[in-house]
Amino acid sequence: MTTQTTAATTPDTPTAEAPRGLVGLPESTGRALATAGGVLSVISTFLAWTWTAEFPGDLTVYGYPGGLQVLVLVGGALTALFGLASYGIKGLRWLVPAGADSALKLAALGTFVTAWYTVIAISVQLGGVVNLEPGGFVVAAATLLTLLGALALPFERPEPDPFDPDDTGWEQFRHKARHQAAVIKAAFATGPVKAPARKLPGFAEILVIVAAMAIGLLVFTYGIGTEYDELFIGFLITAGFGFAALFKAGLISRLSVITGKHRNVTLIGAFVAAAAFPFTQSDDQYATIGVYILIFATVALGLNIVVGLAGLLDLGYVAFLGVGAYAAAMVSGSPSSPFDFQVPFWASALIGAAVAMVFGVIIGAPTLRLRGDYLAIVTLGFGEIFRIAVLNMDGTSGPDITNGSNGISSIPNLNILGFDFGQEHTIAGFTIARFANYFLLMLLITLVVVVVFRRSSDSRIGRAWVAIREDETAALAMGINGFRVKLIAFALGATLAGLAGTVQAHVTYTVTPEQYQFAHVVPPNSAFLLAAVVLGGMGTISGPLVGASLLYLIPAKLQFLGDYQLFAFGLALVLLMRYRPEGLIPNRRRQLEFHEETEAPTVLSKAGA
Amino acid sequence: MTTDTTTKSAPTGATPGEPVLDARGVTMRFGGLTAVSDVDLTVNAGEIVGLIGPNGAGKTTFFNCLTGLYVPTEGEVRYKGQILPPKSFKVTAAGIARTFQNIRLFANMTVLENVLVGRHTRTKEGLWSALLRGPGFHKAEAASRARAMELLEFVGLAGKADHLARNLPYGEQRKLEIARALASEPGLLLLDEPTAGMNPQETRAAEELIFAIRDKGIAVLVIEHDMRFIMNLCDRVAVLVQGKKLIEGDAATVQSDERVIAAYLGEPLANDPGAAEAAEVEAAEAAAEAAAQTAPAKENDR
Repeated sequence: MTTQTTAATTPDTPTAEAPRGLVGLPESTGRALATAGGVLSVISTFLAWTWTAEFPGDLTVYGYPGGLQVLVLVGGALTALFGLASYGIKGLRWLVPAGADSALKLAALGTFVTAWYTVIAISVQLGGVVNLEPGGFVVAAATLLTLLGALALPFERPEPDPFDPDDTGWEQFRHKARHQAAVIKAAFATGPVKAPARKLPGFAEILVIVAAMAIGLLVFTYGIGTEYDELFIGFLITAGFGFAALFKAGLISRLSVITGKHRNVTLIGAFVAAAAFPFTQSDDQYATIGVYILIFATVALGLNIVVGLAGLLDLGYVAFLGVGAYAAAMVSGSPSSPFDFQVPFWASALIGAAVAMVFGVIIGAPTLRLRGDYLAIVTLGFGEIFRIAVLNMDGTSGPDITNGSNGISSIPNLNILGFDFGQEHTIAGFTIARFANYFLLMLLITLVVVVVFRRSSDSRIGRAWVAIREDETAALAMGINGFRVKLIAFALGATLAGLAGTVQAHVTYTVTPEQYQFAHVVPPNSAFLLAAVVLGGMGTISGPLVGASLLYLIPAKLQFLGDYQLFAFGLALVLLMRYRPEGLIPNRRRQLEFHEETEAPTVLSKAGA
Repeated sequence: MTTDTTTKSAPTGATPGEPVLDARGVTMRFGGLTAVSDVDLTVNAGEIVGLIGPNGAGKTTFFNCLTGLYVPTEGEVRYKGQILPPKSFKVTAAGIARTFQNIRLFANMTVLENVLVGRHTRTKEGLWSALLRGPGFHKAEAASRARAMELLEFVGLAGKADHLARNLPYGEQRKLEIARALASEPGLLLLDEPTAGMNPQETRAAEELIFAIRDKGIAVLVIEHDMRFIMNLCDRVAVLVQGKKLIEGDAATVQSDERVIAAYLGEPLANDPGAAEAAEVEAAEAAAEAAAQTAPAKENDR
């Protein structure tokens, strides 16, 4: 029982009769309650929750859920779905290969948190519970009942360790607390995958991938389009718990098996879904965020080659983005560029990438002889050297090349084959404005980087990178020219960042040295890039993309954090590194590295890579 | 029977008797410490040569001089007549492969990937061919995989190709290390204590494996403490004591040589000065031996 306190009696409970839930209700009642509660939550979102439109999102309308209600609707629907699946209904069983119970608990918890967060936010903002309409009370009660019902589901309780009777009270308390934590953890733990997936025909698997991509696009578009802080927080809660629930249900791993089987379809599907994003937007406001996220994510993915595959900690990576951006800006025909000519985009992209590669080799050649921390320090230094050198090449402190702190401004818009990126275009009835144009161009660059990452990692050179990361001495003894292979990784990473920089210069109109610092509140900068890689998952493709999206969206959306933004960011990183050091989307190898004690799947399937 | 196999005829492929490895006057100093002093050693094609000696005799240091991890202070090492380059990856490319005393697999790669890494020097595909994925790339990759599987078959790990190296039991990790070394198609294989920590069955299996390697025409130089293993296996045995080569010869000669026994067990005392002192020395030696046995990983492997 959770209410048990630190009474000094010996624990007499553990004789495991029948498995019980956290809440003392019969199993059948709990299951029915959870399922019905999920349905009730869905219904309640069609009611009015408050009487005034002062609370953002207009929750006053009957029959039309808005704002946070939509999130509760999704959460409730998910809960009801898992509830039904836990009854073993035939069509739904495919969704829950690892059992529906823990997924049901998580979904119920997510719905509960979102709904209560909304209700409390309404009460606090408008000044009292009196501002709630009946619908608000209904949803609060319904989600609470759902949660209680879900927590009544039985689970395997861990055996409590016997404790030393000589312990002091404090030690006994700690002992009990540890056991309680283990029980709660076990309540949400999932069983092993029972039945192997029924063989789906190929087209069905592709349909599953398409559906997953469509859902991904929907979630991303919704997140990017959240208009106020409360909605974004609600979105994070629902999305986080929803994803966790799907993971616990075993659906994510099932999906990754399927995507691993059809890698090209997945790649194309993801690309098409991302390309569809600007067409879902009515104006250019969120395409702006989209293109910045894409630049950030692409550079993070390039860094992932250096850090994630070859294991070279590069703290000055953003300098290569700067090199590419400055190179493109100088040949763009900008009036403040020292060179008075303009080259077409394909040429400036090549120039930017090539210059960045040259810088990568120049910086890499002396530094890559160092290992570990020393390399990190030296790259950090080179990153700052780039910024300060650019700052000083203004004609007074040095040669007039970069126009100093003013940077190179009024970079003209791109014009590829008569397609002016600065103009609005109407394609098949959809209006595509400036940032959406650049979004699509940047997406092409991202695709290039993804393909480069995928192909290089699955090859002789990619294996050599991983071998160097794993054990440099052994790799050398296997005939790998460590320095050369590391230099290739470093230069390749620099090239890809430079390529992204060429687009960035045109998107931002201006390149200044301040954009390329080590740490800054606005990504991309070296610290955030590294954080995106580590947060998302080293050595994976989707990891840095997800990490970069989150790291861009969270500061951009949570304006109320204000000056505490970096503090919250640091805190979140510390917590993440404590509890999930392998990142949100871990590489299978990495996950094994960090969780040695867990059951090790002996066979490493392609899906995890 | 393992003892019969020593008498097997010389392998096919390499000309027997022709020196593969020729180390002359190899000396390695670390500051004031001379770890290896003026050691000559020849390994002929189709031979299995053992290198034994008490702990700290400089065997692993000598190995590292042969594989380019250390550049010898004096002396030279020739492989098939060519002086070895001073970089370990070039040594491997030249044809000397090695395993490590404390296993150094790429723990988080699969068994197959480990062997494929070993193929690095025998394949040419660079970054461009990996990115462009022409027909040559696929062909080379397929050939590498086929060869790697062949080697896994040879050491008996083909069924575990997709397992992570870290999940293999100890004995199989040793085998995998050998397969990885063989993947670089060496002419000489250096094994650093290949049976350390193995039980008698596993040791016998390792013995068979080494004979099979020799029969493929690969010369083998092996460091080992297990005397029975060495005496069964080796055509010639060299004894290293305190950085100097004491004696070299066939197993029987070495086994009966008094200096070798003295090096391992200590000199018999001429006029037995006191049983108590002798016992004390013995106890100290046993303790030192035990310490060395329990912490083999501490010995520097580079």
